[in-house]
Amino acid sequence: MNDGPGNPEESRKHGGQDRAPRVPPPRASVEDGGRTPPPAPRPPAGPALEHRVLMSLLGAWALAACSAEETAAVEEHLGECGPCAEEALRLRDAVGLLHPPESLDLDPGLRTRVLDTCLERRRPRIPVPPWVAPYDAETARLDALLQDFGDAEWHAPVRLRWFDGREPAARRTTVAGVLTHLWCVDGLVASALGLDDPLAEAGADKEAQDSPGVVEGSPTARTEAYWRAARVPPTRAVRGPWREQSHALVRTAAFAGGSGGEPAVSYGEHTLPLRDALLDRAFECWVHADDIAEAVDYPYEPPAPRHLHGMIDLAARTLPQSLAARRRAGLAEPAPRGRHLVAAGAPGRSLRLEIEGTGGGEWLIPLDSPGAAASPEHEVAHLALDGVEFCRLAAGHVPPAEAAAGHSGDRTAVREVLLATASLSRL
Amino acid sequence: MVRKDAPPRRDRRMQQRLAHGEAAALGELYDRYATLVHGLAHRVLGEDSAADALTREVFVHLWEHPDTYDPEQGPLRSWVAEVTHRLAVRRLRAAGGHGRAATGTGTGEPDAEPDPERELERTVRRASVAARADYIATSLPAPLKAALERAYFQRRDYRQTAADLGITEDEARRRLRLGLQLLATAHDTVPEPGGPV
Repeated sequence: MNDGPGNPEESRKHGGQDRAPRVPPPRASVEDGGRTPPPAPRPPAGPALEHRVLMSLLGAWALAACSAEETAAVEEHLGECGPCAEEALRLRDAVGLLHPPESLDLDPGLRTRVLDTCLERRRPRIPVPPWVAPYDAETARLDALLQDFGDAEWHAPVRLRWFDGREPAARRTTVAGVLTHLWCVDGLVASALGLDDPLAEAGADKEAQDSPGVVEGSPTARTEAYWRAARVPPTRAVRGPWREQSHALVRTAAFAGGSGGEPAVSYGEHTLPLRDALLDRAFECWVHADDIAEAVDYPYEPPAPRHLHGMIDLAARTLPQSLAARRRAGLAEPAPRGRHLVAAGAPGRSLRLEIEGTGGGEWLIPLDSPGAAASPEHEVAHLALDGVEFCRLAAGHVPPAEAAAGHSGDRTAVREVLLATASLSRL
Repeated sequence: MVRKDAPPRRDRRMQQRLAHGEAAALGELYDRYATLVHGLAHRVLGEDSAADALTREVFVHLWEHPDTYDPEQGPLRSWVAEVTHRLAVRRLRAAGGHGRAATGTGTGEPDAEPDPERELERTVRRASVAARADYIATSLPAPLKAALERAYFQRRDYRQTAADLGITEDEARRRLRLGLQLLATAHDTVPEPGGPV
């Protein structure tokens, strides 16, 4: 510890008139402490400070955190008092052991590599099922991002964006607000698994039931209810409960997975099987982690390819419902005459969705009804997107008209699928 | 640093879950201690790739031998730090045997140093003290940590520290002194060079 900003030579020369040196003087000066102390400042109270007081100052002295007068008095005392001199040396050496905590950004990929090696070496009796893994990985990545956040980062403004079916929508909150949102909506899965619901604990569950304009029990209703019920804006304090809940979800889902009787998770207007709900939560966690990273100007990578693939697959499987919901809401053009009544299971008009990049693949999307079977013979259009772009579209972060997509065939079908993809997004 | 207070139930529970072969527990263990393990590993080994490799080795060890943790002996956190330290020093020694050129001057000339063995032991010792100190610093009671944080990293004097923390000046002096006293024990607890690893 001899490369600090304070120069011991300097500070000794200037005696107590300078600001106390950052780095305690080297040993020589401790022993030189018996010399005539610097002239001007004397201990203020007249009588020299007694041993007990001087001893209590040793820590502050070693840290160069006492006044010039006190420093001088301590150093004078060290020349006369053996035990204090000994302790002074020891404490000063200890200061040399302090160093700023290195901001060790752990390689986010390290977790997977370490855990994989462990699990190869000793097979787990209760594994984390593959459909829980994306949620496990994404929550861990977000938690690692939050690790070094100070108050400035926690309260940094974030603009949450989504597509409300007609046009882009947005809502302002903070980093802590985003995490609160994730915590509240994860609570849907927690409830389904019989764990504590954060909303119930906050007394916000009643409010969630009578919010005008939003579907009761939906992710949006839950979040709005919690934000409303909270008396103070969200702070970093939400990190602990959020992380505890996400760990509990992984733990409980791992046990629930083997039993066959997986519960369905209610999202208000619809339900999802547990495994899809956890994929959905993994997706949301990534999307909002990316929002947070952007707000504080940190880089953030997309999920691992196999996890990304699962998320894309969930979106692709949900598209027929989204198309149907848009038709019901009068937002989509009706299917061409004569084609809209497709018997369940019968082949119907289909769009081939080709997702490029790692984690991509091909999906045939039935266009006319969620019940129709997709069929290569009835392919009317082809839509190609990069995997991450598709996810940004599904998150409502890219307006459908602006999505970088290649396409051919029926233009209306392409447009509807792009709109239906964006409509998967919500707050 | 064996603590007298009863080990928290959480630590015992974690050990049981690991012993039971619950992969989710391993993930939680990693999330809780990876920063500590990697930090200590880095402090001893001095480079990222070696610290990454050691982190893997440590968690493999913890996962394969959860039964070697005795909750009566202290918190899980201490055990994790001990295992990390032990394995890091072993790796450092192993590298010191043949890897000197890799870390040294790299001239390829015959080793001109008088006693590489002693040199290595000094390195091991220095690294061990630094790693112990890091561990102690992160494990200090919060009030002591906050006082040291103010006085050392934020360059506040003890009066300002007292004001910042809303404590008396006496108390600020006491905390700074006690914090450093605890930190200084890093020098005492390092096993003798050449001792068992």
